Amino acid sequence: MISYILRRTLAAVILLLVVSAVTFAIFFVLPRLAGQTADQLAQQYIGKSPSKADIVAVKHNLGLDQPVYVQYWHFIKGIVSGATYDLGPTTVHCDAPCFGYSFKTHQAVWPQLTSRMPVTLSLALGAAVLWLVSGVAIGVVSALKPRSFFDRTFMGVALAGVSLPMFFTGNLAILLFTYQWPIFGRTYVPLTENPAQWANTLIPAWCSLALLYSAIYARLTRSGMLETMNEDYIRTARAKGLRERKVVVRHGLRAALTPIITVFGMDLGLLLGGAVITETVFSLHGIGQYAVQAIDDNDLPPILGVTLLAAFFVVIANLLVDLLYAAADPRVRLS
Amino acid sequence: MEGIPPIMRRSALAAIAAIGSATLLVAGCSKADDNKDGNSGGSSAAANAATKGVVNASDKKGGTVTYELSDVPDSFDPGNTYYAYMYNFSRLYARPLMTFEPGPGSKGNTLVPDLAASKGVPSDGGKTWTYKLRSGLKYQDGTAITSKDVKYAVERSNFARDVLSLGPNYFQQFLVGGDKYKGPYKDKSAKGLSSIETPDDTTIVFHLKQAFQEFDYLVSAPQTAPVPQAKDTGVDYVKNIVSSGSYQFQSYQDGKQAVLVRNKNWDAKTDPLRKQLPDKIVVNLKVNAETIDKDVLAGDAIDLGGTGVQAATQAQVLTDSAKKANTDNTYGGRLVYMAINTKLKPFDNVACRKAVEYAIDKVSVQTAEGGPIRGDVATTVLPPDIPGYTKADVYASTGNKGDAAKAKAQLKACGKTSINTNITARSDRPQEIDAATAIINSLKAVGINATLKQYPSGKYFTDYAGVPNFANKQNVGLMMMQWGADWPSGYGFLQQILNGQAISQSGNTNLSQYDNKSVNTLLAKAIGTQDDTERNSIYTQIDKQTMDDAALVPLTYFKVLLARPTTFTNLVSTAAFSGQYDYLNIGVASK
Repeated sequence: MISYILRRTLAAVILLLVVSAVTFAIFFVLPRLAGQTADQLAQQYIGKSPSKADIVAVKHNLGLDQPVYVQYWHFIKGIVSGATYDLGPTTVHCDAPCFGYSFKTHQAVWPQLTSRMPVTLSLALGAAVLWLVSGVAIGVVSALKPRSFFDRTFMGVALAGVSLPMFFTGNLAILLFTYQWPIFGRTYVPLTENPAQWANTLIPAWCSLALLYSAIYARLTRSGMLETMNEDYIRTARAKGLRERKVVVRHGLRAALTPIITVFGMDLGLLLGGAVITETVFSLHGIGQYAVQAIDDNDLPPILGVTLLAAFFVVIANLLVDLLYAAADPRVRLS
Repeated sequence: MEGIPPIMRRSALAAIAAIGSATLLVAGCSKADDNKDGNSGGSSAAANAATKGVVNASDKKGGTVTYELSDVPDSFDPGNTYYAYMYNFSRLYARPLMTFEPGPGSKGNTLVPDLAASKGVPSDGGKTWTYKLRSGLKYQDGTAITSKDVKYAVERSNFARDVLSLGPNYFQQFLVGGDKYKGPYKDKSAKGLSSIETPDDTTIVFHLKQAFQEFDYLVSAPQTAPVPQAKDTGVDYVKNIVSSGSYQFQSYQDGKQAVLVRNKNWDAKTDPLRKQLPDKIVVNLKVNAETIDKDVLAGDAIDLGGTGVQAATQAQVLTDSAKKANTDNTYGGRLVYMAINTKLKPFDNVACRKAVEYAIDKVSVQTAEGGPIRGDVATTVLPPDIPGYTKADVYASTGNKGDAAKAKAQLKACGKTSINTNITARSDRPQEIDAATAIINSLKAVGINATLKQYPSGKYFTDYAGVPNFANKQNVGLMMMQWGADWPSGYGFLQQILNGQAISQSGNTNLSQYDNKSVNTLLAKAIGTQDDTERNSIYTQIDKQTMDDAALVPLTYFKVLLARPTTFTNLVSTAAFSGQYDYLNIGVASK
C-alpha cells in the first residue's frame, strides 16, 4: 500500500514537470516559431512607446533575456527553494513554493492562488456534494423503475441539464433568484466570516453547476445499476431473503459505484483547478477567474501557477479514487 | 490614455458591449433639459441629461458608492496606470497638479488647477513651466505635501519603467536629459532628475527640450500626484498608497476589491473641486458584465469602466421609455478608422487611396459596429468632442453610402483596374471584424479585393499591424484601428497616429506610416503655439491635410451608451474621460 502511494507520488511529480515544461514551451517556443522576438514579448508588458532601454530593462527583470531552459530552471528552483526579486527600491524574497511574479502586475502568484483557493474549494465541493447526491439518487431510482414516468422525466431533465451551457443557466439563475426574487445574496462572503451568508450566496452557483454535472452521474448510475441489478449475485441476495433496500444499496449500488468514483475524481480535480465559466458568471474571485485574467494578459507565471495547481488536483483526485476503489470494490487490491 | 483601455490595451469591454448589437438600431436621442435643480430623490432626468448638465446635483453627505468593473485595472498606483477610468477614479486619492473640471461633454475638457494653486506659468517660450502648490496640503498621515514629492512621483512613474511599466512616458520624452536619467530606483543621488527643480517646498519647475504649450494637459496625468519617497515600495506601493485626495484606502485586495474611506487629513479649504460626499467608496473588480448592468439599472452600482451597457441591456433600456430616460449616449473621444498603408504599393499612390475613400459605404460599417447608438458616421480625423474639430467631408457621397463611380475614376487615375490586398482586424473584437467585412464588400464592388487577416488585440501593435516591416512584407494595405486621445487636444489625439517622425519598428500607432513633412511641421508648430484658437486652427489644418492625402478612412465617431443609476448624485458625463461620468463627486441620493 505504502509503496503504491510512493510510486504514484513519484509519477505525479514527473507528470507535473512535464505539464510545466509543455506550458513553458507553448508560451515561449510557439510564438518564436511564428517569428516573435524576445523584445516584442517584453513590449507587451510595458505601456506605450517604450524606449530601447525600457525594453532591455524589462527583459532583464522578467528574465526574458535568458534562454528558455534557464528560465524554466529558475522557475522550478523557485518552487522548491524560493527566489529573490530585485524590483524597485526594495528587494523582495519570495518563499517556497514561489511561483514567481506576474509579468504584468509584478504581484506574487502564490498568495493570489492561496487567497483564491477557498472560493474555488467552496464552489467545487458544495456543487460536488449536490450533484453526487442528486445524480446518484436519481440514477438509482430510475434504474429500479426503468421506463417509468419518473425515469423518463428525470432522464429528460438530466439531458436538458447537461445540454444547457453554464453562461445560460448561471445568468438565468442570477436573474431570477438574486434580482427578480432576491432570495440569495450577490457577493461572496467567506465561510469563516458568516457561514449562513456564505451558503446563501453560493447556492445559485452550486445548483447551476450541479445541474450541469448531475445529469452525467444520473445516467452513469442508471446504466451501471441496470447492469448490476441483473447479475446473478443480486438474485442470490434476494433469494437469501435480504430486504430490498439492502440489496439495492449494499449489493447493487456498491458495485455500480466504481465508474462513478472514477469520473467524480476527474471532475472534482478539474473543478478545483478553477471552474472558469462558473466563476466568471457568478463573479467569484476563484482560481478560474485568475486563469482567465492571466491568459488575457499573456502573463506566464500565473498561467503556469494555475496549470500546475489544476494538474496537481487532478493527480491527487485520481490517487484518492484509486485508493477508494479498494474500499468500494473488494475485488481490487493495491499492490 | 490612448482611449486607453479603450484603444490599444484592453478594449475588450467595448468589444463585448457591441456584440450582437447590430440589430439594435434604435437611436437614443431625445430632448433633454439641463437638470440642475438640486433635487436628489432618485429622480429620473431625461435621456442624455448628464451630457448637458449635472444630474441629481447635491451636496448630501453619507452612504456608500459602489463601483463595479468587469475587468481589472492595470494598477491603482497613480504612477503605473494608463486606463482612462483610472485617470478619472485615481483623483479621489491622488491629486495631480492640474485636472479637469467636472462638466458635461466638451465642457469637461476645461483644465483647472488641483494640487497646483494656479495654471502653469510658461517661460522661455513655453520650454519652462512653473507651478506653485496650494498651501496647507497634507497626506492622509498628516505630513505636509511638498513639491519634492511631485518631482519624485514624476521620476518614479516615467523613469523606472522596468518596475512601473504600465503608464505612459511623456515626461521622459519631453524633459531635458530624460533619455539619460536612470530613475530614482537606480540613480540614488539626492538630486534626481536635474530638469525638474524644486527651489522651495511649494514650487516645481519643469525644463523641457522643446516648447510645449499643452503642458498643463500633461501634468493632469495621475503621474504628477505626490508620492512620499520614504513610503514608496515600488511595485508594492499599490498595496499601501498614501492618499493626497479626499479618500484613502481602507483595504486593497489585488484583482478583487478596494475599499476607500474619508481621508480625515484632507482639507476642503485646499480643494475647490472635491466635495467628499459618501462615507465609503467600494470598487468591486471582475464582476460579470451582465451583473454590472443589472446592478446599475437597480441603482446599486456605477460601471467604473464606463464603456457602456451590454447588447442585451441596450435592447432593454432603449425600448422602455422610462429606462431610456436614464441613459446617456455620448461620444467617447474616439475615432474608429481604417489606416491605409501609404508605404505599400499601390497605396503609395494617393489616387489609389482616394479610390478606397470613395468606395466605402460608411453606413454599412456603422451598422456593423452596432448602429448610430455606437457611433456617428465620421468624415474627419478629429472627433467632435476634441478641440480643433471642424465639420468637413472631403469624400462626400450621397447618404454616406460611398460613390463607386468616383472610386473607379480614382482607380483609373492610379493606373489600376483591380487591386489585391490584405486588411487586418483584431480577432477578439467581433464588431471590428464585422466592420472589416462590410468594408471588404464595399471595396469588392469597385475592384479592390481585400482579404481579412485577424490577429489577437494583445499583439496587434507589438507583432502585427504595429510592425511596419510586417505590414509591408505581408501586403497589408488596410488596417482596422480605433484611437482616443491621451489628453483632449488636437495634439494629444493626432501626434501618435500622424507624426511621421514617430513611426517605430514595433508597437507603432501611425499605422498608415504617414510621413508628410507639412503635417510633421504643423504638429511641431502647434505645440509651440500659445494661443488656443490659433493652435486649434492648426489642428484643423492637419486634419484636412490628412484627409486630402487619404492616409486613413474615418469610419465612425465612437459613442457609448451609459445607463445612469438614479440613486447617485452629481452624475455628469465628461469628454475628458471618454464620456465616463466624472467620479470626483458622486454621492448617494436620499431614498
